[in-house]
Amino acid sequence: MTTTAALTGPRPADLRFHPLRDSATMLRRNLKRMLRYPSMTVMLVGMPVVFLLLFVYVLGGTLGAGLGGTVPGGAAGGRAAYANYVAPAIILMTVAATVQGTAISIAMDMTEGIITRFRTMHIARVSVLTGHVLGSVIQTVFSLAIVIGVAVLVGFRPTAGLGGWLATAGFLLAVTFALVWLSVALGQVSKSVETASNLPMPLVLLPFLGSGFVPTDSMPAGLRWFAEYQPFTPIIETLRGLLMDEPIGNHAWIALAWCAVIALGGYLWSKRLFNRES
Amino acid sequence: MTSTQPPPAIVATGLRRSFGDHVVLDGLDLHVPRGTVFSLLGANGAGKTTTVKILSTLLRADAGDARVAGHDLAREPDAVRAAIGVTGQFSAVDKLLTGEENLRLMADLHQLTRRDGRRRAAQLLEQFDLTEAAGKPAATYSGGMLRRLDLAMTLVGSPQVIFLDEPTTGLDPRSRRAMWQIVRDLVAGGVTIFLTTQYLEEADELADRIAVLDRGRVVAEGTAEELKRRIPGGHVRLRFADPQCLDAAMRVLNQASRDNDALALRVPSDGSLRSLRTLIGRLDDQAIEVDELSVHTPDLDDVFLALTGDSANEKVTTR
Repeated sequence: MTTTAALTGPRPADLRFHPLRDSATMLRRNLKRMLRYPSMTVMLVGMPVVFLLLFVYVLGGTLGAGLGGTVPGGAAGGRAAYANYVAPAIILMTVAATVQGTAISIAMDMTEGIITRFRTMHIARVSVLTGHVLGSVIQTVFSLAIVIGVAVLVGFRPTAGLGGWLATAGFLLAVTFALVWLSVALGQVSKSVETASNLPMPLVLLPFLGSGFVPTDSMPAGLRWFAEYQPFTPIIETLRGLLMDEPIGNHAWIALAWCAVIALGGYLWSKRLFNRES
Repeated sequence: MTSTQPPPAIVATGLRRSFGDHVVLDGLDLHVPRGTVFSLLGANGAGKTTTVKILSTLLRADAGDARVAGHDLAREPDAVRAAIGVTGQFSAVDKLLTGEENLRLMADLHQLTRRDGRRRAAQLLEQFDLTEAAGKPAATYSGGMLRRLDLAMTLVGSPQVIFLDEPTTGLDPRSRRAMWQIVRDLVAGGVTIFLTTQYLEEADELADRIAVLDRGRVVAEGTAEELKRRIPGGHVRLRFADPQCLDAAMRVLNQASRDNDALALRVPSDGSLRSLRTLIGRLDDQAIEVDELSVHTPDLDDVFLALTGDSANEKVTTR
């Protein structure tokens, strides 16, 4: 035991907050955790890749033929056309799967005592959450790079130019940001890690109930109505338009409005949950 | 040096808190001078953890006022947080990070520079005997090591007031003693420690003052000695070889209470040499043979059992 006198030196009464530095600190912590626990990242990237292979190679031939003339480029039919059709849905699914990971890691944090420690410390509180958000956004960028790479390997041929890609990147960032904040709230509202991994499941399934895998006009009336109005359909249509260099119409604005609503709602909900008594 | 008296580390008056219909704190008053160890002693469910949570800004009190390190809990929670450190019952470490990374994380959050942070981490790792394990993930640590790392993390910010909520629950005896030594060293360095425990021995070992908490109220407060003095419990126990001797001794010693099965007598006594001499003298006068004599001074167990209700007795751990 060395001397403890040094432990109790005078402490300046500095009560300023350092939200940027604290957020960077928390981000570093979350990135380290992701590296220490890589199986989660692998699982989160693996799922959309499996779906991609499944839909292109197993179902793609038939589904591609079924596209018929309903979508531009679909007339050629077949697997190649379907790879182009399904890629935006798989891209969105990648984002949804990664934010599912966010909910899980938030819930893991909550079950451990470290968050309680953070709450008793003089730090910018929101940094606990922003650290997770930034970490997840970075994780999503990595996942997206892998998934888009695999998509190109299996026949995805985007026709977007540089401007289209930049717009796609910005748009995906907005979508990711919104869904991450939502899942930060979902992770906090979960009582256990198991619940946290189940709660965001609808986000992964929603592309199916939209224009992600088949055109909505092939669906029965009720489902079709839902598919056309749920937020993921304009998001997928915007992605499709940007990547395939096709007209987007008002999908982009509707999609961005949804992102803004989801992000704001998720942020406010998360903040309220975090500031509740433990 | 300031000329005015520094405010006490913790002052609380009339703290109340209930969860639904369940009243956990029922008007708690506390006064903890700086640089002392104050122990809140109570059974499970007495309100110890709730008290720590309120004083460390995790929970709001329904009523009552409290100041920690001179700052009002309700009005200046930020200033309170800047002055305290909390090591709770459940380890508050990041198990995926290494011991050193955990300490560096705290250093960063306390706005230490990289160099200072590294030095501070190294110093604490050495002080808490964790240097060898510094590069291993905390998930691989033993219970005692986790608790030491937990406390080390609390110390990175040099808190003035440290809350230790049952710091040795679940530790083996060796780790417990190591933790006690750490607490003593901290106090020697001028820190104030607010310790909750269900171990009477721990309060006796460490605390300058002890408050006994029962059903959300302080039922007694004082030094360990004062508390022991408050209740009669000192006695001499005499054991005899046969019932005849027991009967004979019973006739001589008028205040004694007898235990027929054990052939023993319990005689109230302060344990002083003079009173023992008198007692032995009386027995010798009648030529009563005593098999065994033992002197019992009251310990905190007696105090605790005398002060708290029956329902709590079975739950308090005495070793």
